[in-house]
Amino acid sequence: MMEGDTCKCSQRFADVDDLEPLREILERYKGEKGALIPLLQDAQEAYGYLDEKIMRALAKGAGYQLSQLYGVATFYTQFRLQPIGEHLIRVCHGTACHVAGAELISEEIHNILGIRDGETTPDRKFTVETVMCVGACSLSPIMIVDEDTHGKLKPANVRKVLKKYMGESEEREE
Amino acid sequence: MSGNGRTKLVLGYGTCGIAAGAAAVKEALERELSVGDYDLELDIAGCMGFCFREPIVEVFYPDGKAVVYGDLTPKKVPQLLQAAASGEILEDWVVRRSDDPTASEGDFLANQHRIVLRHCGKLNPESIDEYIAMGGYEAARKALTTMTPEEIIDEVSKSGLRGRGGAGFPTGTKWGFARKARGDQKYLVCNADEGDPGAFMDRSVLEGDPHAVIEGMIIAGYAIGATQGYIYCRAEYPLALKRLDIAIAACRERGFLGERIFGTDWNFDIKIKKGAGAFVCGEETALIASIEGKRGMPRPRPPFPANEGLWGKPTNINNVETLAAVPWIIANGGEKYAQLGTEKSKGTKVFCLAGKVRRSGLAEVPMGYTLRQVIFDVGGGVREGKEFKAVQLGGPSGGCLPASLLDTPVDYEAITATGAIMGSGGMIVADSSTCMVDLARYFLSFTQAESCGKCVPCRLGTKRMLEILTRICEGKGEPEDLERLEVLAADIKAASLCALGGTAPNPVLTTLKYFRNEYEDHIFKRKCTAGVCPALITVKINQEVCTGCGACARICPVEAISGEKKEPHSIDPQVCIRCKLCLSRCPEEAIYAE
Repeated sequence: MMEGDTCKCSQRFADVDDLEPLREILERYKGEKGALIPLLQDAQEAYGYLDEKIMRALAKGAGYQLSQLYGVATFYTQFRLQPIGEHLIRVCHGTACHVAGAELISEEIHNILGIRDGETTPDRKFTVETVMCVGACSLSPIMIVDEDTHGKLKPANVRKVLKKYMGESEEREE
Repeated sequence: MSGNGRTKLVLGYGTCGIAAGAAAVKEALERELSVGDYDLELDIAGCMGFCFREPIVEVFYPDGKAVVYGDLTPKKVPQLLQAAASGEILEDWVVRRSDDPTASEGDFLANQHRIVLRHCGKLNPESIDEYIAMGGYEAARKALTTMTPEEIIDEVSKSGLRGRGGAGFPTGTKWGFARKARGDQKYLVCNADEGDPGAFMDRSVLEGDPHAVIEGMIIAGYAIGATQGYIYCRAEYPLALKRLDIAIAACRERGFLGERIFGTDWNFDIKIKKGAGAFVCGEETALIASIEGKRGMPRPRPPFPANEGLWGKPTNINNVETLAAVPWIIANGGEKYAQLGTEKSKGTKVFCLAGKVRRSGLAEVPMGYTLRQVIFDVGGGVREGKEFKAVQLGGPSGGCLPASLLDTPVDYEAITATGAIMGSGGMIVADSSTCMVDLARYFLSFTQAESCGKCVPCRLGTKRMLEILTRICEGKGEPEDLERLEVLAADIKAASLCALGGTAPNPVLTTLKYFRNEYEDHIFKRKCTAGVCPALITVKINQEVCTGCGACARICPVEAISGEKKEPHSIDPQVCIRCKLCLSRCPEEAIYAE
């Protein structure tokens, strides 16, 4: 294998052309009533998002109409139909965070990366999402980058936090 | 906690603690303990509720004394361990000490009465033995081996317990309906789809004391005649899901779940269903649809879930907090529970204090406590000594109450009479820097986005209301807008199918009722007195305070700030986009919005 740092997403998630993980998932829920949502959840966990290929294979394999899967996938906020970037930024917009200025945090992320809720940078480095309340209200305002929580944020500190996740090229542009 | 004569350190290890840095503290503790020569034990626990001082460690001494330390960092660990080993108290770090329970921040806990949170922060939630050591599963054993289902329902009715998810329906009555419903198979569902922004008590209970919820479910399942239970938990709560998995597996091993539990001929098991992110799934019929693998859309009732629920079978749905109170009620008797509270609201309620309150965290108080007692005696009042402006209760379905209503007791009927609702227990405190119109707009943007779209009043009505609120915040409000909002609100409340629509206008109606002057300022004076709404404010630099460091000028994205080095700077209002980035950068706090 090549040096792994060229594209981390391929390590985290299976390729959408590889249907082996999907076969395992289908096996896991075989014969279970009401397994549509867990099937989609597991598929998204394996592939990072719900590609059309995956949805079609899932519909066929589990005996659902594609429209049924699409209906559910677009109803719940957890499901993504587009791949995400290498780093996922989740900005909490719960009530406590809103009162503490979450709007300004999102605005500053837009200033720095040029992306808003649900968008991914063209270099696929960052995806930003707005989430409703992660339940750590005493640390508001909060943003979570991948697994790291950054609490009691100030807009002026957002750049410093994001720098940690930027490659060298971005830092030199500063 | 330290029966074996050793001093024990318990680290708060819930989501909030971890978010505040408890993982790094844990690593440091483990490292130091492995290399140093300490006679100390280390354990983890869920959230103690002192969220405002996380990460937290409680030191339990062999003589029974306990000291809680807060704001810990890996750097502080060696000093903490030395002090714990020698018995020295690190006064500056103390949050609470058992030998002086009101010292430091102690009255946060001293003013509470904990039933649901009785174990949170006190036991390792991943250890069934610790739960059993505290009397765990004795209530379930008692219920299943010595009581009939009717006696259990009777006991719960006597306690006066009402649904803690927000609706406040009497739990005993609800169980009675499900008990009487005819069906070869019945289901019990634990609603752990805590979707209210600003509410995290269910998460804290699931993370801190998962066995209490499972024990409550075992009792409830037996009482109504359900052999299969489901816990519908938000996918956004990975730690709660993990701890539930561990707890359920341990219960199966002990014969508390599965076939012939507690040596009886009763079968009961629990499956976890992960929610996929939809606020409306907190509604019973939507939640059922979601478990069945459908879009989570509510349907008209009747038939009620008690008769036709999951897969068309009789189903009883209770909230996490409700179920966690059940083992205590069975162990101590319904009457003892009913001694707490008011005439119609019995027992205790857990609130999540957040926002501009000084001590944010978990507060469990007897019903009947006033809002003032919760916010000031427990919560310590408003941060930075600022003036209290409002408290938001019940999230997007609730309302904002002003200072004049601070003496309202925590009681379903009394709170409903104000226009707010008890709700699930979120309590967000606002000070003068919170714009009430913006807050109403925020909640409407939430409910509008979360409306499932099934019925017109909710789908379109909330959208129209949001449009009006947005234009008011943008300085384009029209004099007739207030009346339009009131008409829309009345129609949406009356005509919506489920409680999401039925309560969505509450934040607007209560702010219109108690903070109408702010709406009028926005519309008639084009002014946002709280300095929040960008279109209605001017950002200025206090010339007396500014030191001319230039930090604001460097961060300004539109180069609106200028000034000579070490001379007071100023902002060109024509160029300024009022993003307020400079406010958070200024080391002297010289920049303000008005």
